[in-house]
Amino acid sequence: MMEPLTGKVKMKKEISIYFILFAFLALLGGALFGILAAFQFIIPGFFDWVPFIKSRPLHVSLVVSWIFLSATGGVYWYLPRYCNLTLYSRGLQKVHLWIFILTGFAVIISYLAGKFGGKEYWEFPPVLAIPIILSWIIFGYNYFRTVFRNTEPWPVYLWMWGTGILFFLFTYLETNLWVFSYFRDHLVRDITVQWKANGSLVGSWNMLVYGTAIFIMDKISGDSSISKTRLAFIMYFLGLINLIFNWAHHIYIVPNAMWVRYIAYGISMTELIILGKIIWNWKRDLKKSLQDFNILAVRFIVASDVWILLNLILAIMLSIPAINIFTHGTHLTVAHSMGSTIGINTMILLASCLFIIPDLTKRSFSIAQAKLISIGFWVMNCILLFFWLALIIAGYNKGYLVIEDKLNFQEIMLKIRPYLTVVAFTGIVIFTGILMVVGPQLKLIKDYLLEKNQK
Amino acid sequence: MNLNTKRFVSGILFVSFFVYSIVIYTVGTRVDKGAGSITDATKKGKLLFQEKNCIACHQLYGLGGYMGPDLTNVMSAPDKGPIFVRSILQYGTERMPNFHLTETEIDELMSFLNYADKTGVSPVKKFEINYDGTVNWKGKDEKGN
Repeated sequence: MMEPLTGKVKMKKEISIYFILFAFLALLGGALFGILAAFQFIIPGFFDWVPFIKSRPLHVSLVVSWIFLSATGGVYWYLPRYCNLTLYSRGLQKVHLWIFILTGFAVIISYLAGKFGGKEYWEFPPVLAIPIILSWIIFGYNYFRTVFRNTEPWPVYLWMWGTGILFFLFTYLETNLWVFSYFRDHLVRDITVQWKANGSLVGSWNMLVYGTAIFIMDKISGDSSISKTRLAFIMYFLGLINLIFNWAHHIYIVPNAMWVRYIAYGISMTELIILGKIIWNWKRDLKKSLQDFNILAVRFIVASDVWILLNLILAIMLSIPAINIFTHGTHLTVAHSMGSTIGINTMILLASCLFIIPDLTKRSFSIAQAKLISIGFWVMNCILLFFWLALIIAGYNKGYLVIEDKLNFQEIMLKIRPYLTVVAFTGIVIFTGILMVVGPQLKLIKDYLLEKNQK
Repeated sequence: MNLNTKRFVSGILFVSFFVYSIVIYTVGTRVDKGAGSITDATKKGKLLFQEKNCIACHQLYGLGGYMGPDLTNVMSAPDKGPIFVRSILQYGTERMPNFHLTETEIDELMSFLNYADKTGVSPVKKFEINYDGTVNWKGKDEKGN
């Protein structure tokens, strides 16, 4: 049927952009609840309407949603746009988005209403796990039906994205095994399986995120060989081995079988190979990256490289049982998780968004917007260093004081309070930096979504 | 690296994941030193511990939030114990809200904490460090781990 001559054609907006839009909202919300939780540490009773038992899961769930929404939105955009792979089903992509958003709102409402029931990091009532599992099955089906059309040898990022999706499904199912009494009624088994699942689950989202980083560098450099080399696949398999076996370094003190700890310790030390590779290639990679430092996306990837180095050193140290016995249950663990989530995952995913948004919306950042993003980049990274160091010092002090066994819990918390105060205030500045980076991107998304296309 | 090698290695790793998972679910977590103290109240207490999201602030075996202390051995700690725990659960503190728990709920939570206490020790304060970076957990041995 012919369109009316004077009419306006409503163009279909790219669904990927909605994933990124909601990802940004989740990031900003998650960071805000993180600041609230940090202040509740130093000011008891602060903002009592959302106490710590609610602010902490809201912070964690929203930040995790940021990671998954932005990574997923990226994969949905990259496949058809850059890999010559038409998406198997746009309808399924839409269903995936709706399930994710509706479940996300249900989770937020359940937390605000104080309705819990799940385990740490997934504290919502377990019935909400059903749509989450369903959405990942849909994503996996759509992804594999799309990429199996590719007759060329897969670059490593396609392997990593596929592995991330599959292992998220396996490990997320595993986090819910506690609903069976065989697991629930045996505390040591329950904790062990919970941390086995959570540890591997983080490995699965790292597959999605690191795959995205390799993809971006591949496309920006124009050198597609970097994602097809033997070394790239060796590092992928090494990452997969760590995903499967190294999780027990989180639970050295849980009284499961001794060999579980030895396996985790041994496998964790293979990360020294990754560390060695990073240091070996450091000068060459840095020189190459600095040539493209004016490209905003590259800048964030370079920052993530620095944070990978710092956090990998910390992770390897925490995996040594002799060190772990002092650091377990302290803010050193928080330093590791925050350093990884903000310094590595968020930097890579912001790079991905900066790569996608101008391309998808067919708009450029103004000079002022680019300048604002650039300032935000430096604010985020410089202040994150202080934030990270304050957590390390707080953790070191707590670990030492607990083992020394001369002070009670309240006295220890008073001793480390100055460092936690630094964490809370630097958290505000990091949030400001995030806002400076995300704000101009949200503006471009808004202009794109409100645009009425003339025929 | 050719496609068959990639398929073979990833296949081996996928199978390893499932085999290792089953091993962990069974022989890796067979021992439960507190099994003898589990009652229906313990099981309800554990679910209540989740429903009230206690883990947001407290830890078991050092895992959880850091707003409050580790509860693994709170029932047998010399400066704490059942009376202390009961009063905290009943009235809350400056940092911990009063959850307005019923007497039955308090009994169930205490039953769960009593069971947790018997499963092991956290934090471990008595240990020996070996040359290879491993640790002998002396405290746990005292509990019969």
